[in-house]
Parts: sequence; structure tokens; C-alpha cells
Amino acid sequence: MAMLEVKNLEVHYGVIQAIKGISFEVNEGEVIALIGANGAGKTTTLQTITGMLKPSAGEILFGGQDISKIPGHKIVSMGMAHVPEGRRVFAELSVYENLKLGAYTRKDKAEIAESLARVYKSFPRLEERKNQLAGTLSGGEQQMLAMGRALMSKPKIVLMDEPSMGLSPILVEEIFNIIREISAGGTTVLLVEQNAKKALAIADRAYVLETGKIVLSGDAKEMMNNDSIKKAYLGE
Amino acid sequence: MNFLSYLINGISLGSVYAIIALGYTMVYGIAKMLNFAHGDVIMIGCYVTFLAMSGQGIHPLAAVIISIVVCTLLGIAVEKIAYKPLRRATPLAVLITAIGVSYFLQNAALLLFGADTKSFSSVVTLPALKLADGALTISGTTIVTIAACIVIMVALMLFIKKTKAGQAMLAVSEDKDAAQLMGVNVNATISLTFAIGSGLAAIAGVLFCSAYPTLTPYTGSMPGIKAFTAAVFGGIGSIPGALIGGILLGIIEILGRAYISSQLSDAIVFAVLIVVLLVKPTGILGKQIHEKV
Ligand SMILES: Nc1ncnc2c1ncn2[C@@H]1O[C@H](COP(=O)(O)OP(=O)(O)OP(=O)(O)O)[C@@H](O)[C@H]1O
Ligand SMILES: [Mg+2]
Repeated sequence: MAMLEVKNLEVHYGVIQAIKGISFEVNEGEVIALIGANGAGKTTTLQTITGMLKPSAGEILFGGQDISKIPGHKIVSMGMAHVPEGRRVFAELSVYENLKLGAYTRKDKAEIAESLARVYKSFPRLEERKNQLAGTLSGGEQQMLAMGRALMSKPKIVLMDEPSMGLSPILVEEIFNIIREISAGGTTVLLVEQNAKKALAIADRAYVLETGKIVLSGDAKEMMNNDSIKKAYLGE
Repeated sequence: MNFLSYLINGISLGSVYAIIALGYTMVYGIAKMLNFAHGDVIMIGCYVTFLAMSGQGIHPLAAVIISIVVCTLLGIAVEKIAYKPLRRATPLAVLITAIGVSYFLQNAALLLFGADTKSFSSVVTLPALKLADGALTISGTTIVTIAACIVIMVALMLFIKKTKAGQAMLAVSEDKDAAQLMGVNVNATISLTFAIGSGLAAIAGVLFCSAYPTLTPYTGSMPGIKAFTAAVFGGIGSIPGALIGGILLGIIEILGRAYISSQLSDAIVFAVLIVVLLVKPTGILGKQIHEKV
């Protein structure tokens, strides 16, 4: 059974239909890339999975349970974290306070401390700046904080929305290395990216979204050699 | 000595404004709305205390606690019934609703308690403090009011800085969606904020009526408006701003009444607000709010 299974999902903004009946699945331990052009519906898909938006039709099965009708704040404690588009760190709070909020649903102090130590190990820069206000961090540091914050909930699966957006090539490289590490640590990853080349390089499988529909899916390495993908998304 | 006495009275009145202003500022911070009915919650709190004390002969402290409980529940109910359905409505619709709630509470009080003026007896039994051979007298109510303000401010700062619920409040104030992604129950957090603000309004009301003992269904509106002014003055959304704004407003009002004109003291208060907003539109401690597009 897939860890996460999206079935015939439809999402509307008022009368506009942004997602037009998509289905896909994510198995435990996989890195799945969801790629597509601006406005294809990638963010909408992730936001619907984590309960920020309500679907108009379809099912979202997480561990076999339909979570599409569960209040959004209850989904984190089921083991799903979301690194949102645009980072959305709490600018007025310190790095440390942001990370603590990531562990909001957890109770065990010793385990939280352990997660914090692990996050600081993956992102030494966050530890150096733990008392700094998140709003004063650079874009790359904010991205690291958003990722660290998501990991603080000790998720089984983490959804990432364009983590490389607006970052310099060196930082993009660093962020993708960290995604690799997160995956190697046993966490399942659903990655939304415009940087299709990099996303396909680390993904096991991929789905291509076009104006609310999945138009292509399959093995990520094969997709990198697909001519239409190359033309449309890899700029070759 | 007179000046010192005025100053202390100003700080005391300002403490009341500050406690009320907290309710405006916290609710504004989290729900991005001006709860114009906040002043009327104060009035309801005063009636509850008054009825418990004079009607039922309950001990003043117990009466205050009952009043806090009633106002807390009232605040939660107002949010649930009137404001929550408008979470995604335009600010203007919310503002008009808040004004409606304000009139509703005033009229409900008129119906329940009558239009006649009640004479509120101070809940404070502490004797007055005589200093400098009796040249300076500080009433027990004044002392308790200032002490209550200090205790409330410290407790609130600690609550927000040190507790999970407090951090959740800050997170929701800044970004509701992101807070929800952390597992924060946004609706419960907004409810909690209204509860705290309204509970504090009960305390402020009792202290206000202890110093100015006439109680009518409209008693809450003037301190409500002044405390709102204090919140804007200090920088709406900022808790230390509410304290600074409240205290300054109280001092300006009392000194204005003593040295300039007792009729004009309210006008002076609002004139100062206008000047401050002209110089610094976000208030003393206010930050520029970047509207998300
Ligand atoms: N709040 C909204 N109200 C109305 N329409 C919206 C809203 N948010 C998104 N849309 C529309 O839904 C469609 C999908 O948007 P979405 O943000 O999911 O795309 P995306 O694939 O994440 O794009 P990008 O790569 O630019 O982030 C777009 O046509 C967009 O205009
Ligand atoms: Mg997007």
C-alpha cells in the first residue's frame, strides 16, 4: 500500500478549477518529483494534501486513511510536514522559536531536543544564528529554517514546495544535498520544483502537471531522456 | 506635591487604559480586526461585579472573579457567533459587525439592568497611603490599579514568551496558514486571545468603576475609545505599545484636566493622538505592516 495516495483530486478557487482530477501515489522511502510550469497547480496540490485547502472532489489517503476531511492542524501529528512555497518562516520569532514551533504537536522533551540537535547538525548555520530573528536571515538561511522547522515534527513524509526558488546555484546545490540526506535518513519526500533538472536527478519517480492535469508520469531517469520533457522543462 | 499627585493618578488611569488596550491590541494582532465591542465587555463586567457585590453580598474578590469568568465566556461567544463567520470577509464588514455587537451589548444591558445610574462601590478595601506628612495621599484603588497593571503585563509577557500557547499566538498573528502547518489550531488560538482580552477587560472595568463609580450601560464606551486610542498611540499589535500608550494617555488626560481645562481634557487626548499619528503613522512602537499581495 502506498504511503500517500491521491485519487481523482479536484480543487476549485471559487468557480475556477485549479486541479482537474489528478491521481498519484508516493511509496514509503521514495523521492517523488512533481514538476510543471507556473500556474500548473503544484502548490494547490500540496496545500490540499496538508489541509490548507479543501478539495471539491477526490480522496487523499495517508497510511490508508482519508485525510481530506480532517482539520488541517491535525495532519502534522499524523506524520506529514510541509515546507511551504516562499518559506513562510515566522519573521518576528527567533530561529530557535521557529524550530520549537515545528515541534508544536510533540510532547516528549528529550525527543524534541534530539530532533533539534539533528537539525542543527544538518544546518550548522541555524545553530550559529539560533537567537537571531528569522526575518533577518538571508533567503537561503530562511529556506534552511523552513526545512529544519518541518523536520522538527519528525515527519514520515515531507512535502516541499520549490525549496530552490530564488537561491544562488551554490545554495541550490546545498539544498538538494540536504534533500538527499533527508531521504537517506528514511523520510519520504514529495518535491515540487520548477528546477526540473535537479528534481529529476534526485527523484525516484516523477509526475508532470499541466494546467491541473497529470500529463506524464514515470521513472525520473527515463523522464530526463524524454524528448518532450527535455524541450518543455529542461531547456535543452 | 500636587503635580506628583496628578502624575500618580494619571499613571493609575493610564494603567486601566493599558489593560483595556491589551485586549484591542492582541485581538488586532491575531484577527486583524478592531473589536469595537471590547469597551462594552468592560461595562458588562462592571454590572456583573456590581450585582454580585450589592445584590448577592458576595465578597469583592469573588465578585471580580465571577466577572472575569463571565466576560471571558462573553468574549469567546462574541467571537464565535459574530466574528468567526466573517473570517474571510472584508475589513469593513467586520468593522460594521463589531459596531453592531457594541450596540447589541449596550441595549442588552439597558434591558437587563435598566437605564438608571448605579453607584459602584470600590472593590478595593486597602487604606489610602499617606506620604510626606499627609501632603501626598495615594488611594488604595490607585495602588491596586497600578500593581494590577504591572502584574498583568509581566504575566502576559511571560505567557507569550514562555508557553506553547503564547508562541502559537505569535505564530497565528504572523501567518495563520504557516501556524496551521505547525499543527496549531488557529480557531482555538483566536478564541483564546478573545478570552484573555475579555477577561482582562473585566479586571480593567472593575478598577475603572472603583475609581469613577457611576455605572450605566454606556460606561464602557469612553474608556473603550480611549484605550483604543492608547493602543493606536503605542502601536497597534504591540503589547509593550499598549502599556506605553495607555500610561501616556492617562497622564496626558489627568494633567490636561488639572492644568489646562477639565472640559477640554478629552479633546487634548485626541489631539495628541493625531499629532503622534502625523509624525509616526504606526504609533510609538508600531511596525510597518507589510500587506501580503
Ligand atoms: N488564491 C487563489 N485564488 C484564485 N486562483 C488561484 C489562487 N491560487 C492559485 N490560483 C490559480 O490556480 C492555478 C494553480 O496555481 P498554483 O499556485 O497551484 O500553481 P503552481 O503550479 O504552484 O505555480 P508556480 O510554479 O508559479 O508556483 C493558477 O491558475 C492560479 O492562478
Ligand atoms: Mg507554486
